Amino acid sequence: MSLPDATVEKPAAERRLTIAKAMSEAIGQEMERDPSVLVMGEDIGKMGGVFGTTTGLFEKFGAERVRDTPISETAFIGAAVGMAASGLRPVVELMFVDFFGVCMDAIYNLAAKQSYFSGGKISCPMVLMTSVGGGYGDAGQHSQCLYATFGHLPGMKVVIPSNAHDAKGLMLSAIRDDNPVIFMFHKALQGMGWLGTVAGSINDTPESDYLVPIGKASIVREGSDITIVGLGATVHQALTAAENLAKTGINAEIIDLRTIAPLDRETIFASASKTGRLLVVDDDYLSFGIGAEIIASVCEALPDPLKCPPQRIAHPDIPIPFTPVMEHFLLPDAGKIEGRVRAMLGENT
Amino acid sequence: MSSNHSKRLWMYAQMVKSRYFEDMIKPAYFEGKTPVFNMAKGPLPGEMHLSDGQEPCAVGVCAHLRADDTVTATHRPHHIAIAKGVDLNAMAAEIFGKKDGLAGGRSGHMHLFDPAVNFSCSGIIAQGMGPAVGAAMAARMQGSDAVAVAFLGEGAANQGAFHESLNLASVWKAPVVFVIEDNSYGISVPKSACTAIASNVDRAAGYAMPGHHVSGNDPDGVYEAAGIAIERARSGSGPSLIEIETSRLEGHFMGDPEGYRPKDEVKRLKEIDPIPAYRSRLVKEGFEESELARVEKEARALVEQAFSYARSNDYPEPKEAFDHVFA
Repeated sequence: MSLPDATVEKPAAERRLTIAKAMSEAIGQEMERDPSVLVMGEDIGKMGGVFGTTTGLFEKFGAERVRDTPISETAFIGAAVGMAASGLRPVVELMFVDFFGVCMDAIYNLAAKQSYFSGGKISCPMVLMTSVGGGYGDAGQHSQCLYATFGHLPGMKVVIPSNAHDAKGLMLSAIRDDNPVIFMFHKALQGMGWLGTVAGSINDTPESDYLVPIGKASIVREGSDITIVGLGATVHQALTAAENLAKTGINAEIIDLRTIAPLDRETIFASASKTGRLLVVDDDYLSFGIGAEIIASVCEALPDPLKCPPQRIAHPDIPIPFTPVMEHFLLPDAGKIEGRVRAMLGENT
Repeated sequence: MSSNHSKRLWMYAQMVKSRYFEDMIKPAYFEGKTPVFNMAKGPLPGEMHLSDGQEPCAVGVCAHLRADDTVTATHRPHHIAIAKGVDLNAMAAEIFGKKDGLAGGRSGHMHLFDPAVNFSCSGIIAQGMGPAVGAAMAARMQGSDAVAVAFLGEGAANQGAFHESLNLASVWKAPVVFVIEDNSYGISVPKSACTAIASNVDRAAGYAMPGHHVSGNDPDGVYEAAGIAIERARSGSGPSLIEIETSRLEGHFMGDPEGYRPKDEVKRLKEIDPIPAYRSRLVKEGFEESELARVEKEARALVEQAFSYARSNDYPEPKEAFDHVFA
């Protein structure tokens, strides 16, 4: 089909943003559009967020709507629940997911149950953003992912972008969602130079207002031999592994989950049915994790068994160690994924 | 030589040792991390929180402590660890992630644990306070007169754990002392913007315990206040709170651009650096230059030895990561 010239827009030059810039742009745009949106958290004011998530917002919107908080998570996350119940849309940051223990009650007993306990009369439209992931020698209290912990708790949504485009669209969706949304951003993808950003996370991010739907996974690489499911940083590891595998004729299909609650099982089922093999790659702890949930769901749902037992790669069930020789031995990477895929195909070819 | 003389010399020596330790960390930390600063690279990966400027808090308190007294420290722990007598070689090796480090490379700089001197840290704000109350109660129930000290930053005084721990300690008359190192910043946020009262020492009254305020980052002032508080704890009269005005001579972590801090502030703070200030005072009060020079030389030698030990120590076997997950 050809269109009249007048309606063909020249493709705009790519705007390559980091996830950090995409997040702060999304929050800023939504604050302009909707006066009920505000931001709170530790060091999110003048400093612009330790991970750059609120850069420039304080200068633009001032201290009333961009609030630095005391180190008092129980209080300010509880306060966000109250604000959300009262007509505001708070976006709250708690720097590291490892710090959530001190305020978990406000999250899973207050925020997540507000709609249910009020019979649907009161909603809790808040976004709680936090960093996840290790790989830079910060040890067991600053390196966890805890995806499954949050995915397990009903009443809230959990999103994990792997690139800037999705981060912006997911943030806009999250702020507009009437439920609490946990927005987990991976340190290795954030675009803070000092954390050694994975290049693939910086991608074309339109300036316009667009939504990436919560609850919809994305097929980031099509393939026919195996389905690899990843999230956040492991998507990029899977992509690197897939390139190497392609050199020897193995075609991996890669799914970027983008959201773990709700989990887009349909996309996974369709892909696993097509390829007949399934590998889940997760940098959270292995047991009771995302891999277990996905594999169990596939085993329950698919009428025909897969060509080989589904597999998972994850961090083993031990605290994240400090020293790099141990940490990198344990975390998933492209080499481990490639090796596991070859083993899975070798067993069946 | 009076005991006061020897204590003050000890405090000076520990401050100097701590400062040398941090001075050796600085270049080592940046090895391999630049030109584009990457926290994961080099021999000292991860975040690094230096405590230079805060040495008086550690030495003034620890001068009263025995090995069987418990100390819980924060994510900024080096000065406290050194003053409590944590094994310097094993501590340096841990920070380098080596096999003979305190935890064999598993814990790193924010989680130094040395049971030989009852020292531990937590990287989570205010979370050392409850364990200190517990250690204090354990000592009492086991018939010992050992005490516990929880160090915290002024930002931690706004945490629930602070208020709950003070109350619990007071109700139980626990032999514990809470020491606030007030460097006036929680990462980037000044105390004035996040704490409802000007002085956290006033909060002690809310939990029926004595509070001591020490101004001027003064080791002797800390020593005096800590002496009263620790004696009260040891004699079974209950907990106390000490608030110390101190200063953070570096950013929150190494690599922190410190855009939140007035440009001339660090320069001003360095001019009132507590270590040269204490040295001058000691000299003025009759300490021999040669004696101070000797402890400085000894401290430097110990620190250099610890770094050399840490660098030459091997990395652990990666599979040893699976050890000690359970006792």
